[in-house]
Amino acid sequence: MSPEVRTFSPDQLSEYIDGDAEKYLKAGVKSTSTADYKLNNQIQVVVDVYTMSSPAAAKTIFDSEPAMDAQTPTLGDAARLYTQSLIFRKGPYLVRMVAYQEAPQLPLALLDLGHAFESKFSR
Amino acid sequence: MTNMPEKTRRDFLKECAIGALAAGAAPLAFARDVNPTSANQPKSKVVIARDAALFGSGANPEAARVEKLLDRAMQAYADSSDPVAPWKKLFKPNEVVGLKVNTIAGPGLSTHVVLVEAICERLQQAGIKPANIVVWDRTNGELDRAGYTLSSDPNRVRFVGTDSQDIGYDGTLLSYGVVKTRLSNVLARTCDAMINVPILKHHSGAGVTLALKNMYGVNNNPDKLHANNCCPAIADINMLPPIRNKFRLIVADAMTGCFEGGPMFKPQYAWRYNGILVATDPVAIDQTAWDIIERKRAERGLKTLQQAGTPPKYIAVAANSEHRLGTDDPSRIALQEV
Repeated sequence: MSPEVRTFSPDQLSEYIDGDAEKYLKAGVKSTSTADYKLNNQIQVVVDVYTMSSPAAAKTIFDSEPAMDAQTPTLGDAARLYTQSLIFRKGPYLVRMVAYQEAPQLPLALLDLGHAFESKFSR
Repeated sequence: MTNMPEKTRRDFLKECAIGALAAGAAPLAFARDVNPTSANQPKSKVVIARDAALFGSGANPEAARVEKLLDRAMQAYADSSDPVAPWKKLFKPNEVVGLKVNTIAGPGLSTHVVLVEAICERLQQAGIKPANIVVWDRTNGELDRAGYTLSSDPNRVRFVGTDSQDIGYDGTLLSYGVVKTRLSNVLARTCDAMINVPILKHHSGAGVTLALKNMYGVNNNPDKLHANNCCPAIADINMLPPIRNKFRLIVADAMTGCFEGGPMFKPQYAWRYNGILVATDPVAIDQTAWDIIERKRAERGLKTLQQAGTPPKYIAVAANSEHRLGTDDPSRIALQEV
């Protein structure tokens, strides 16, 4: 079954991400879509896709977040993978995936999902 | 205290304050009624209770440990040996009591359901009927996503969003400073008293979000209040009479906090603080939260919030002579860790 997709225009974005919206608006966000997925029918993952006005705008957001102890897999134009989340950018798209619990194979599953999204952006 | 229901709220608060002062502690009365920056006033008390084993080996805090932690925090705050007594001091049995939670960040970083259940349990033991307890936030969708089971059954504890069809926002436009807004009917009409149950978070605009910023979930236009690091808007909205008069207690969920990337949940910036903070002074507890977040940021090698360009400057504004919502002066805050 396809997940329910919620989409927010720039003037609605704060309804979804509260004060975080400011930096996206400043960088130039055109729309935001979000949906819940279940990985391996078990782990809830929220996927946010921010469509920015340009690749540079996506890079602005990506670079604004401290990398901390991220892995940097080959995905999109740049990516950071953590134990429970993945963020990557591809052209004007910025994708954030967040899981609500840890699991041994979760980073690999997130990466697979990331590649699935990347392939859609490349079409 | 046996004839409390017949007393006015003013009398009740006065009695609490006198009793606490006599015991040498800060008053349980709502601190916004006093000026804790004044040297002749008692200090604002903030209690931090922590339990390193709160989560056990699981992903969620254990209910029994949360209940004990809440009792430890409240009893330390009220200097009481009885876990129910602090609640009896603050709330009368005939009052409708609201719990304003914070659920915008989803299940990873919202007020934990187990904490809310523990508070509801103690309120009922203090004589508040289940039907007179309302757990609420902006929207049903956010509550649902954070793990709350929605219910508007008038015979049980209610769990409702302001966007419920039968709730909505009050028609009266209230204003103070830069804020012009309408408040949720849960606050404006339904409830007599409120407990603020926020969560310890970094905020990319305001710097820190805990008690004062949680009021952005009680009004109809929070999106209009984020300019200039949410300052002075956060202080201004807390000046609105229903907020000043009805919020009597803050029980902050600091079991999981975030030190960067807030207010939304980004797991790489979240950590288990394993704590509950209790206060009645929203400025003092926010100042304490700021210190906690700064310590964690330093530990992880991040810039201070000042260096990052997002100092929570609204805290000092909330404490200034115009707002007098509490104290941000560490020498006027009686911090007790238990």
